[in-house]
Amino acid sequence: MSTLTDELTDVESSALAELERISDRDALEEWRVTWQGRRQGRLPKLLEQLPTLPIEDRREAGQLANRVRTALENAYEERRAVLEHASVSQRLSAEAIDVTLPGRRVPAGGLHPTTQTLREIIDAFKPMGFTVVEGPEVEWDYYNFEALNIPADHPARDQWDTLWLDIEDDDGKRPLLLRTHTSPMQVRIMEAQEPPIRVLVPGRVFRHEATDASHESVFFQVEGLAIDRGITFADLKGTLYAFARRMFGPDRRVRFRCDFFPFVEPGVDMAIDCFACKGNGCRVCSQSGWLEIMGAGMVHPKILQRVGYDPDEYTGFAFGMGPERIAMLRHGIDDIRHFYANDLNFLEQF
Amino acid sequence: MRVSLKWLREYVDFDLTPEELAHRLTMAGLEVGSIERVGGDWDNVLVGHIERLGPHPNADRLKLATVNTGSEELEVICGAPNVEGGQNIVLARVGATLTNPQTGSRETLKSARIRGVVSEGMICSERELGLGDDHEGILVLPGDAVPGMPLEDYLGDVILDVEVTANRPDWLSMLGVAWEVGALTGNPVRVPSLEYAEDGDSITTKDLVDLRAPEFAPRYTSALITGATVGPAPGWMQMRLKAAGVRPISNVVDITNYVMLEIGQPLHAFDRDRIAGGKLIVRRATPDEPLETLDGRQHVLSTEDLVIADENGPVGLGGIMGGENSEVSDSTTDIILESASFGFASTRRTVQRRRIEVGGKRGTEASQRFERNLPITLPPIGLRRAAKMLVELCGGTAAKGIADDWPDRQEPAVVTLTSERMTQVMGSDPGREVSERTLRSLGFEVTATDRADGEYTIDATVPYWRTDIGIADDLIEEVARIVGYDAIPVTLLPTTGEPDLPEPLTQMKDDVRDVLVQLGHRETISYPLVPMDLLQTTIPGDAPQDPLRVWNRMSPDQEYLRTTLRGSLLRTLANNERGISRESYRLFEIGQAYLPHGPRHQPEERTYVCGVMAGMRANRSWIGGSDTASDELDFFDAKGLVETLLETLGVRARYEAADDRILAHGRSAHILPETGGRPFGTIGEVHPDTLAALDIRAPRVVLYEVDLGAALQNRREVERTWQSVSRYPGVLRELSLLVDEGAPAGAVGDIIRDFPSVVRSALVDVYQGPQVPDGKKSLAFSLVWQSPTRTLTDTEVDVAETQLLDKLQREAGATLRSQA
Repeated sequence: MSTLTDELTDVESSALAELERISDRDALEEWRVTWQGRRQGRLPKLLEQLPTLPIEDRREAGQLANRVRTALENAYEERRAVLEHASVSQRLSAEAIDVTLPGRRVPAGGLHPTTQTLREIIDAFKPMGFTVVEGPEVEWDYYNFEALNIPADHPARDQWDTLWLDIEDDDGKRPLLLRTHTSPMQVRIMEAQEPPIRVLVPGRVFRHEATDASHESVFFQVEGLAIDRGITFADLKGTLYAFARRMFGPDRRVRFRCDFFPFVEPGVDMAIDCFACKGNGCRVCSQSGWLEIMGAGMVHPKILQRVGYDPDEYTGFAFGMGPERIAMLRHGIDDIRHFYANDLNFLEQF
Repeated sequence: MRVSLKWLREYVDFDLTPEELAHRLTMAGLEVGSIERVGGDWDNVLVGHIERLGPHPNADRLKLATVNTGSEELEVICGAPNVEGGQNIVLARVGATLTNPQTGSRETLKSARIRGVVSEGMICSERELGLGDDHEGILVLPGDAVPGMPLEDYLGDVILDVEVTANRPDWLSMLGVAWEVGALTGNPVRVPSLEYAEDGDSITTKDLVDLRAPEFAPRYTSALITGATVGPAPGWMQMRLKAAGVRPISNVVDITNYVMLEIGQPLHAFDRDRIAGGKLIVRRATPDEPLETLDGRQHVLSTEDLVIADENGPVGLGGIMGGENSEVSDSTTDIILESASFGFASTRRTVQRRRIEVGGKRGTEASQRFERNLPITLPPIGLRRAAKMLVELCGGTAAKGIADDWPDRQEPAVVTLTSERMTQVMGSDPGREVSERTLRSLGFEVTATDRADGEYTIDATVPYWRTDIGIADDLIEEVARIVGYDAIPVTLLPTTGEPDLPEPLTQMKDDVRDVLVQLGHRETISYPLVPMDLLQTTIPGDAPQDPLRVWNRMSPDQEYLRTTLRGSLLRTLANNERGISRESYRLFEIGQAYLPHGPRHQPEERTYVCGVMAGMRANRSWIGGSDTASDELDFFDAKGLVETLLETLGVRARYEAADDRILAHGRSAHILPETGGRPFGTIGEVHPDTLAALDIRAPRVVLYEVDLGAALQNRREVERTWQSVSRYPGVLRELSLLVDEGAPAGAVGDIIRDFPSVVRSALVDVYQGPQVPDGKKSLAFSLVWQSPTRTLTDTEVDVAETQLLDKLQREAGATLRSQA
């Protein structure tokens, strides 16, 4: 019965050839029914003829039939997989987007540049054991001046033009003011606790001062105070060196020169080499090559005495700096008045 | 103070460049603000002598000068009104670069033909040389200028402008700066001579002065010079005064100024013939006593002002300014010279009270020095130095002796320094030799002792010009700053372990900042000083109405301490709306409100976080965004923010409808402790009237504020106990409830949230309309029932739900919607 084997071979080649041309799932299903459909499929129909063959031909034809059936099934599965894949990929192509379009943004917030700088300063001192303490902005004349060796009518008061509250005491004096520096907290802290002390005092301060590009009437300071047995000027230098390196980079050079503040002795002005010109002199550093960063010094023995510490037993140092100035130097801000004008066009740059 | 290096060399030698000297001085505490070179650019500018002066042949107003330059004679045309034959002048030759007095720019001089005559140079004014502003006439040089000498050799100088700290009045004198240079270089200081011929009759203190107010003038010295001739001061003195920025007037006045600049002691010269009774009376002014000072101002004095007076009344304001009526004039011959100590406090107060100003600076050259507490030892030194000059330069005869009224005489202070203290303060000791030598070089008299224990002691007598040395640590600074702070070693503080935690409120402020920033909000910081109208617009009804006022405000815009942050935030919003407004604003500030606490107490400084939100919830974008009114940020955006914030901080709160003057009623809430008590915060949409008053364009602005100190009190225990997570499945149910339309949904939600076995619940729908009865609203909750120990059956959930519904009905009047 060579006709049956011929027909099987023919079915195989025709079916496979047709399958090659199929490109969608409906046609594939139609193909499956046409060739493999249980009742009407061309292959099952041929197979129905198998039992009619003579015994001697039946085995050979049976084997051929099996092979053709397996071949069609495999080819069908293969084709199905290919078509499946093609359809996913077609869908994805249809859904292609312009990836350069802007994304859905979540509104971004931000810290005020003063807060950011204060945090950096605090973080630079924290590893050296300094704790943050805050104090009142409305202060007594006593803490702001007298306790800091700046009595009434002292010429040094000119360094701190003061805003006074409109409250008179029984002597007709105005004892309350807006603190002109964070230094009053030195006295308050020492009054409240025994040594050792290592604190940082960030806070707002006020000056009776006309504003311009480098002067504000309201700004911030960070005060530092360390008191213990055996604290020396060399420790002050070491502490400020460490701060300068952490804050401004490991290559910074630091300059300590003598300066006067009534509540320290000896007094210090600390500067770093200008990072804009590497100390050669430029507009940022007014050609000096140095940027003054803070005032400092050894706490005056009279102040230690005033708070009840024995100045022969305890020594210590204090320092103070302005975060705005540091932020201005680092970010190239040319006008301090930007800080508290709260223009979002300024704030959003930080 | 302007320090002429040429003048400085009279007292001390130094071979440092001006830059090196400036650096050394700055490091030692005398900061040099600028270095000014006088004459560095005077090429082809030299001293000339006008041999002859004739008219210009073709111009009436011009003259033709024959100028001797030492080696040749040049014909120069000059039109200056003050040019005269025989003058020493400054000649600029062709090629010199000068300042054009009209334009201020630098121009090179070319040979010029003026009206047919060639001018071979130009006779210069101060302005053309960059020496000053004077362009009225040519600069006439003193007789000692040698023709042909380059002007730079004669007038060239370097001026250091130094910034003197408040503790060092001695640095306001050439001699004080010279001592500093001497110490820094190791060179000796040449102290000016005080010796002069005292050829007149002897005087005693009683003859010249009656000191009646030693509390204001603790020492008063004076001298009498007779037969002096008033005229111009010698050229060298005028040049030095000009270099220091002082205008020469006459020899007598110039000498007082010169000595003030040289020694540091302000002086005053009175015309004795104009002093009624011939004797100075130093006293407090009588009430309302009038005085006209040299600047032409009329003062009405009080008993707190010190005057120098004669029999008829005040002739000067002590230590500050002389009077018009006793001024030295061209005809003066007899001079009473005053050199006194005036108290720094009284001087300062009178300057402030009388608003004394010269050239826009507070006070006078004299008062600025007295305010810094000049040494009481200084007056006789200044006096003798000036008397010497009056004798030698004005042809006067000095009376024998001086008047010196000093009721409360003091001895110079001796301060002791030990090497132990040096080491204790500085961490190291430069050694006795260095300490001793340094102090000596600064003018201290020093007795040093090497002790048996290897340490040393130094007794230092403070030099008369120093008022800032009182304790051992002052001497330590002297040694350290002259040796140089750079030479001091660097050590690190011993480690202490972890620093203490900051105060909880300090920590909370930082936490609040972090949460709000992470949620997309922008921190602002504004002035705590605000104008009254802003406070009136934004103070809630129940806040104190009398804010603290600044007595000496800078401007009305910064007059009151804010009692609320609301105005600051709303104003920041309004300011940012100008120009190109943004689609949304999310701003906050953490700061103090200042609540008055009576005249004897500091105000209470209450820390708030306050924020405003306005605009669209989502920005416009190509994807779409929000553009309908329902997409505007509203009450619930702020409430959600506050809920998230407080939850993160561990603060338990509940919310109640609030009535707040500046917020829209019906759309504002108080934040209260969960357990009841006073509100510690507010959330609300800002009242349209408030928005209008502040010129805010946004139609809807939500504001929130939280008193952080109070919030801290309501923080639940930080330790949170872990609850085991149930392994058994939960059952998801929905409940639709009906309540009265005015009933707060919060109470219903709380009952459900707190009911046993309800592990999660959320309000998913609020409905009011035709589908529910009038006067009612529907609240739909989704909730999850779950047991930690077993799987709940439907029946069990049904039973529990029934119990929950019972409770809701009892406590909140809520019924199941399907049963209604």
